[in-house]
Amino acid sequence: MSDRGTALLGHLRDAHGEAVLDSHQRLGDVTACIRPEALLPVMGFLRDEPGLAFEMLMDLTAVDHLGSEPRFELVYHLYSLSQGQRLRIKARVGEAQPELASLTGLWASADWMEREVFDLYGIRFEGHPDLRRILLYEEFEGHPLRKDYPKTGRQPLIGPRN
Amino acid sequence: MAQPAEGDPRRNLHAEGGATRDLHAEHQILNMGPSHPATHGTVKFLIELDGETIVDLDVQVGYLHRGFEKECESGSWYQCIPYTDRLNYNSAILCNLGFCMTVEKLLELETPERCQWIRVLAGELSRLGDHLTRCGAACLELQAMTPFLYGIEARELVWDLQEMLCGARVTSNYVRIGGLRHDLPEGFSRAARPLLTKVRELLADFDGVVTRNRIFVDRLRDTGVLSKEDCLRYAVTGPVLRAAGVPLDLRKDEPYLIYDQLDFDVPIGTVGDNYDRYLVCVEEMQQSLRIVDQCLVRLDAMGPGPVDVQDPRVRWPAKASVFNRMEEMIQQFKSVTEGPKVPAGEAYLGIESANGELGFYLVSDGSERPVKVRCRPPSFINLAPLPLMVRGAMLADLIPTFDFVNMIGGECDR
Repeated sequence: MSDRGTALLGHLRDAHGEAVLDSHQRLGDVTACIRPEALLPVMGFLRDEPGLAFEMLMDLTAVDHLGSEPRFELVYHLYSLSQGQRLRIKARVGEAQPELASLTGLWASADWMEREVFDLYGIRFEGHPDLRRILLYEEFEGHPLRKDYPKTGRQPLIGPRN
Repeated sequence: MAQPAEGDPRRNLHAEGGATRDLHAEHQILNMGPSHPATHGTVKFLIELDGETIVDLDVQVGYLHRGFEKECESGSWYQCIPYTDRLNYNSAILCNLGFCMTVEKLLELETPERCQWIRVLAGELSRLGDHLTRCGAACLELQAMTPFLYGIEARELVWDLQEMLCGARVTSNYVRIGGLRHDLPEGFSRAARPLLTKVRELLADFDGVVTRNRIFVDRLRDTGVLSKEDCLRYAVTGPVLRAAGVPLDLRKDEPYLIYDQLDFDVPIGTVGDNYDRYLVCVEEMQQSLRIVDQCLVRLDAMGPGPVDVQDPRVRWPAKASVFNRMEEMIQQFKSVTEGPKVPAGEAYLGIESANGELGFYLVSDGSERPVKVRCRPPSFINLAPLPLMVRGAMLADLIPTFDFVNMIGGECDR
């Protein structure tokens, strides 16, 4: 456990204690699990607070925990260039309504990353300006990275567009 | 003069700028790609044009999507490694390395010193090959055949060395979890030195015909500009970010392997245009050659030693004991049929690939199959701000801008 990581998590808990469900440092990665409804304020705080200054949303992906609820876990990796610090933020959303606030207003990189998660996992991002499939085609049925999508899944043939 | 009514085709002529500003009054939609001779990489641009000026651009990726993550999640940890070759096929070893180092992070393994030096050597050769392709292909797409051939000849020499290391020019499959497929072959540094001298000569030739070439400079300077602030908003990394003046290089900022023992510089640009990107790449090739030289000297001085960790979870026992002893026989059988079991947990590790931060986020539930294999593809993320770079520019500026973003379809689409 690094002192910087402990200080960072303490700083986050001081400001948004009610939003943080769990936090830990394992294998050198600093992680905080937060309530999904608090995503926007927490991320805005992490970006704008001078001592934290996470200017870059490096990565966004999801993990499908099929069989447990809430089923989907969104994993955000932040990087602060000025502080040389990394932070992982995780939030879980349920299967019935997999929807979360979009971070496109905070980081432009969220645009394509959220489109990819929507495409492959079917998780919707509220407030995304242009949420459509990015790697697959419009007519694709289902979301292939969900654990219940079979690896050998077949798709119906589609004709030419025009 | 009265304004024409709504729906009148002459109305556009009277729009902002006046009737005589441009003859092309209506915007035109142009489909470029997915397979276009002036782009390398399978990507489609839907371009809204006003004459020859780009008004807006929609980048459509995914033509090479082949379910990398899904495939990885249905095999063993070892079976992922050849798939990582096919991410960025210009610098496959760096992709191998990123994946294996993240698994090692989950396993909490430290590889032997000799292994780390060879990994750096192989990785820098890969980076060299990648930058040579980028700069060479950019020249070709700007109608300059000669420098392309210099670049590709140098790349072939680098790939000859890669072939000596792992038996393949492109799909290396060289790095293993906790080690390497092979140690350096006999006489590697003796064979490498004359080839690297030849690569330096070719780079000098390349530099001579390109760097101060009036046509080349005019096509690149002040095109495709992306400011430092926009780079950060879009999480752009690698040469594109460094060209904008941010000296972020994970080899320096979060040193992994033995990069902290090496002497090399991180070149940066000032404006963030295509010419800066070109200059950054050219200098990075020189720095990679410097690193390769240091690795060769160090490996020669070090003498033979183990390249694999002595950990039965990930590496196979020696063949002699497999054939003669029961325990090792069983261990070999289990290793081959099941593969390693990785402790439950999650890890993210980013390395500096030729295009920027290549990250892997892995989740394990303690079994021999990964739950999640996420690759943070620098090509995909660096391509997202392309509309921002070319909006308002000429259509022809799209070509060098796309070249220096260096989108690699295999990595972008996964």
